[in-house]
Amino acid sequence: MTAPRLLHPGAWWLWAVALAACALRTTNPVLLCLIIAVTGWVVVSRRTDVPWSRSFASFLRLGLIVIAVRLVFQILFGVRVPGTTLFSIPEVTLPSWAAGVSLGGPVTIESLMAAFYQGLRLATVLACFGAATSLCSPYRMLRALPTVLYEAGVAVTVAFTFAPQAIVASRQVREARRLRGRSDRGFRAWSASALPVLEGALDRAVALAASMDSRGYGRRGGASVSQRRRSVGLVLVGLVAIAIGSYGLLDPGAPTMFRIPALALGVVALVGSLAASGRSAERTRYRPDPWVKPEWIVSLAGLIALASFVLAGRMGDALTPSTNPLEVPAVPIVAVVGLLVATLPAWFAPTPPTLATLSTPMAVAA
Amino acid sequence: MIRFEHVTITYPEADAPTLVDVSFEVPEGELCLVVGVTGSGKSTLLRAVNGLVPRFSGGVLAGSVVIDGKSTADLPPRDLADVVGVVGQDPAAGFVTDYVEDELAYAMENLGVAPEVMRRRVEDILDLLGLHEIRYRPLASLSGGQQQRVAIGAVLTAGPRVLVLDEPTSALDPAAAEEVLAALTRLVHDLGITVLIAEHRLERVVQYADRIVMVPGDGRPVIVGTPAEVFGQSSVAPPVVELGRLAGWSPLPLSVRDARRLAGPLRERLAEVELSAFRRTPRVVGEVVAITDGLQASYGPVTALRGIELQFRAGEVVALMGRNGAGKSTLLNHLVGLREPASGTVRVMGAEPHRLSAHDVVRVAGLVPQDSGVLLYHDTVAAECSASDRDAGLTAGTTRSVLDQIVPDIKATAHPRDLSEGQRLGLALSIVLASEPPLLLLDEPTRGLDYGAKQRLVAVLSQLAVKGHAVVIATHDVEVVAAVADRCVVLAEGEVVSDGPARDVVIHSPVFAPQVAKVLAPLPLLTVHEVELALASVGDLPFS
Repeated sequence: MTAPRLLHPGAWWLWAVALAACALRTTNPVLLCLIIAVTGWVVVSRRTDVPWSRSFASFLRLGLIVIAVRLVFQILFGVRVPGTTLFSIPEVTLPSWAAGVSLGGPVTIESLMAAFYQGLRLATVLACFGAATSLCSPYRMLRALPTVLYEAGVAVTVAFTFAPQAIVASRQVREARRLRGRSDRGFRAWSASALPVLEGALDRAVALAASMDSRGYGRRGGASVSQRRRSVGLVLVGLVAIAIGSYGLLDPGAPTMFRIPALALGVVALVGSLAASGRSAERTRYRPDPWVKPEWIVSLAGLIALASFVLAGRMGDALTPSTNPLEVPAVPIVAVVGLLVATLPAWFAPTPPTLATLSTPMAVAA
Repeated sequence: MIRFEHVTITYPEADAPTLVDVSFEVPEGELCLVVGVTGSGKSTLLRAVNGLVPRFSGGVLAGSVVIDGKSTADLPPRDLADVVGVVGQDPAAGFVTDYVEDELAYAMENLGVAPEVMRRRVEDILDLLGLHEIRYRPLASLSGGQQQRVAIGAVLTAGPRVLVLDEPTSALDPAAAEEVLAALTRLVHDLGITVLIAEHRLERVVQYADRIVMVPGDGRPVIVGTPAEVFGQSSVAPPVVELGRLAGWSPLPLSVRDARRLAGPLRERLAEVELSAFRRTPRVVGEVVAITDGLQASYGPVTALRGIELQFRAGEVVALMGRNGAGKSTLLNHLVGLREPASGTVRVMGAEPHRLSAHDVVRVAGLVPQDSGVLLYHDTVAAECSASDRDAGLTAGTTRSVLDQIVPDIKATAHPRDLSEGQRLGLALSIVLASEPPLLLLDEPTRGLDYGAKQRLVAVLSQLAVKGHAVVIATHDVEVVAAVADRCVVLAEGEVVSDGPARDVVIHSPVFAPQVAKVLAPLPLLTVHEVELALASVGDLPFS
């Protein structure tokens, strides 16, 4: 076993994104629950001591809310699917310009199951994101980002730290509500604190961006204005192309042009921007995170799981079980084996350093 | 080194500019102190030095700010990182990494400093600021003073010529504040770094300052000069200066040492007066409101409170003192039921607060947290007040009338964020007070308050005690303790180390004694006001 250290943030994110990609390729509830179980197990085995490592549970709760909202929407506005009617709600006849939207009507078990599968898929993606945040502080990811993304400075900072900051802010708002004598339970409490939590989290994220900026994050260095403009343009093109490409990869129905070619274009544009700004060499690392055996194991474990899902899809295995007619989902063996491989980080990633393994005792946070 | 030329700063949607036509210059190697009442624009001025205002705040800056020959109009803050280092009010909010060493190296990584140089500079800064023992620790586990020193170190590694600090000691206990200030003076004297620093607690910093920039607020022109010049005409002054004015000393003393050398005759005169008559009389104390019995608390593996046995009685003001991380806030959180005791009991008016519903707990205990702004989340003052009435089930207008007693003249339509620090505290305090809890708890209420706002707070707290509230304030501010507390409880490492009349506890402590007590020791006087009363009684006021 290696000495306690932190794994390279890229490895954790690669692993988590691969699992999220698995989730997006399936609606099979058995596989989705397995993915959540795998992320949960690895998080429990390898999370760190920093405040946001407790955020996994919050993401799971958010997932439950997503499923509930999806079901409610299906009941109220969903497309009416024929089948076994569970119950009926009063139907509202909408004017002709709203054709295609239905309100009320019979609710079938088939439509509910379909909505549940979709909600569960989104909840699983959230769990993967939560796992990444718990396993590796978003701060470390920020530092490890390739230099090209600096052009997007503040936006990147806010995007990466917003969720964890929201978790810190939500605890603060919950305490404040109690101090004001308001109930801290129930849906009303939850909805009334949403705005202050979002505001607080955004404030914190912007304060962090200001601090990073005043410490030189995203410096222009020696580049001239025109060099800088060219590089910003290329970054924008690159990011959009990569976004389209990853969407194409995840959606099996997308045209071929939107897959590998779009991704390749994106990578070329980003590399080009690096050259255009001429400052690839201007950033240095203090004690860079090594990329050695454990990093390879963690990232390969994620990629193998993804490959197993692609393979299972090719073999015609039941990644998308039918809900009409409703059937018990089959369990594709290849995908399950892939997910078992994805649990390897729970044993092969190094344990993170804990306060107990550090030289001096922890001061009590007041 | 720092030059402001006719700088006027207006925030978006503001009625009037925050700073009007500010011009001053700070030469290289000076420690320059920015003073002014709360809300006068000190933070705005500091953040304008490297261009965070207006680039991150919005608004318009007219005039020019030039640092080391570079104008902030041409360069964004990131390109000034090697010239100016800025440490904000809350160091933890500015941390970009999770561990001390990474935080120190962050700015150098952005500047592209070679790895070998980086390693050496990190070691230098660790030694310079005394951080070597905590170099591998997570930032979240550090105490306030350590965090502040790491934040200073993190900007110093970039090798800036100018260091800008916004209230670096306001959250720190007296000893940690000394630690930070000692590090700063070392930087000025040994490395010739120019330091611009804003601070409300002048008694801590004024003796180190070469120059003072006084920001009066309300668009009046700034006053720049040496400390003696500025305090000759300023209403904002530390106790030692006020004592000097009272006694008619010239030149005005800036440090306890200066004052002590001048105070011989004053001490002799006061020694002849029967002093006990001029000390604040202890208040009449009523029944026990809150009691803790063997209270233990822990955060994970760390014990925060170890068997606390305390009683709080109606009508007394208790000051809770101790180092950052001694367990003060934890104790307050337990008294208001935010946390459940690990063992032992807490009872407030006979009930265990953590078992009460939110609705019931505000009727027995109210807490104004350290950052009082977190209690406020409505658009207008009027909305805050009516929401508070609704929450506590009070008749409409109760909160507003409490507010009018504490801070009159707050506009009902104002946004809570636009209020000054003192007004915001007043609003939060009146929301908590509206349901008249017998036990009132305040966590660091004087953070960010100027002397005037502190005096008003002291008056409000005294009134509340007279009305029969038990008031507990957790604070580092010895001057406020001297002015208002009846009893003082000192915590260390989660244990009560002393508990007794405030006068006895603070006067014998080298750390907690207020400036007047240090100047006049062994005479048992704590505030300028007490000295004034004593002198007046013998018809011996030098200038009145």
